[in-house]
Amino acid sequence: MAVTVDRKPLTFWEKLYLPAIVGGLKVTLKHAYNTLIRGKVVTMEYPEQKWTLPTGYRGAPYLVKDQDGDTKCVSCQLCEFVCPPKAIRITPPGPNGQKADRANAEKMPAEFEINMLRCIYCGFCQEVCPEEAIFLQQDYSITALSRSELIYNKEKLLSLGGVSPGIQKWKHKLEEAKAQENFPVKL
Amino acid sequence: MDSILHRLLGFYNGLTPVELMCFWGLVKIAIVVGVVQGLVAYSVLAERKISAWIQDRVGPNRTAPPFAKYIPIIGPALTRWGMFQPLADGLKFMFKEDFTPAGVKKIYFFLAPAVSVIPAMLTVAVIPFGSVMGSQKMVIADLNVGILYTFGIVSMGVYGIVLAGYAANSKYPMFGGIRSSAQMISYEISMGMSVIPVLLIVGALNLNQIISWQATNGWLVMYAPLSFIIFMVASFAETNRTPFDLPEAETELVGGYHTEYSSMKFALFFLAEYSNMVSSSAMMVTLFFGGWTLPFWGLDHPANSIGMGIAHMLVFLAKMLFFMVVFIWVRWMFPRFRYDQLMDLGWRRFLPLALVNILITAVWLWMRS
Repeated sequence: MAVTVDRKPLTFWEKLYLPAIVGGLKVTLKHAYNTLIRGKVVTMEYPEQKWTLPTGYRGAPYLVKDQDGDTKCVSCQLCEFVCPPKAIRITPPGPNGQKADRANAEKMPAEFEINMLRCIYCGFCQEVCPEEAIFLQQDYSITALSRSELIYNKEKLLSLGGVSPGIQKWKHKLEEAKAQENFPVKL
Repeated sequence: MDSILHRLLGFYNGLTPVELMCFWGLVKIAIVVGVVQGLVAYSVLAERKISAWIQDRVGPNRTAPPFAKYIPIIGPALTRWGMFQPLADGLKFMFKEDFTPAGVKKIYFFLAPAVSVIPAMLTVAVIPFGSVMGSQKMVIADLNVGILYTFGIVSMGVYGIVLAGYAANSKYPMFGGIRSSAQMISYEISMGMSVIPVLLIVGALNLNQIISWQATNGWLVMYAPLSFIIFMVASFAETNRTPFDLPEAETELVGGYHTEYSSMKFALFFLAEYSNMVSSSAMMVTLFFGGWTLPFWGLDHPANSIGMGIAHMLVFLAKMLFFMVVFIWVRWMFPRFRYDQLMDLGWRRFLPLALVNILITAVWLWMRS
């Protein structure tokens, strides 16, 4: 059903259009004054000023070390499997490869690469990781001069990732096992 | 060095009066064209900066040549104010690919930018931008029919746009061209009519005489405020500025008449638009705001020293820049007129108003005499 909207006929003053013009000029002048004289701009000057990121922000995924400085990743390749854009590539150590940093941990990756051009910051790797070894961190401005520079290797990922304050699962299990040797068990 | 100077002086003294006129004419043309081009470049910057301030932004503040950071204080300050931005913009236009689409009508496509730039540059010829320097009048051509000349040339400006719209052989430029022809023809009439009261009051068409009349009797904006308002609105329409920017309405016509243009050809349209702005501001200053005169500090009579001559030019420049800023300022607060509103305003509001204005002025002058 059509509804007729009542429109008040314009007064002579409104029809003249000039008051509206003056009003508009006043608004724009006020904004110009606020920005120019009082320096109230709504924009940020990006590379110098940056947003404070909210906690839980999903930036680039990096590998983390534990409190003893050891690699947490055990090369299970779950993240490689789950990664939707196939940005992660893990090279396992193989049968005679390098031993894991941590005692009691079975192995660690010989190489761990994330292609930052492919990564979509979905966070599946972090979610799937049974070792809490990979976390989406706060970096979002990933730049380089070539494509090859953007494939981050294990060393780089570890150095960018920092130390995780999480539980040291394997160390704990080792202590448990050692404690088993005496009776009664004291932890 | 000395002998070269001597020979130049000899050359200058050996000129006949006609040759002398040509010599000074060329010098003045070079200076005026240079100044107008510079003004155009920096009014583009002003456009960007003022729009930024009005929209709570900062505006261009990064562009700088490599040496700028070595100049203490001034270098960074100039960079912050975007003073090097026009240089970068100009260079960008030069180095962009000059692309000619396959379907265009080649001859007109190449001709159109020139046809729109030339009238834009020609209008400044009759505008007195200063009083005198030595024996030289500070106007390129002191025509007795100055205003008529301007209107004649300004009306030619539309050809460039129409031609560009036609040559592009695509729909949006065509719309732009058609709109602009309708718009400019409509508003030219109100513009011409609005100036007639001024001519009636002064009794001369020569712009220098109009200025000297204003120096003795006060600025014409006080005698003919309605004329000024109509003239100003019509000059917004003539220069295709918002709220009358239908020919290049970005939101509906892509880019309007210059959609298919790129590189330097596009830059020429830009140049034409901004030179038109410069010349209409200059016309407004000359016709209604006393040109290079100021009613105090003895600036109201032709200069008798070089210093005063320069002061006059600066006064003129300052007044003109004020109107340039108004042009830019208005752009960032107005919505665009619809096509029928534009026609309504031009033909049914301003034209009768201008005619009544002429009548009132004529009657008033007749009563006084």
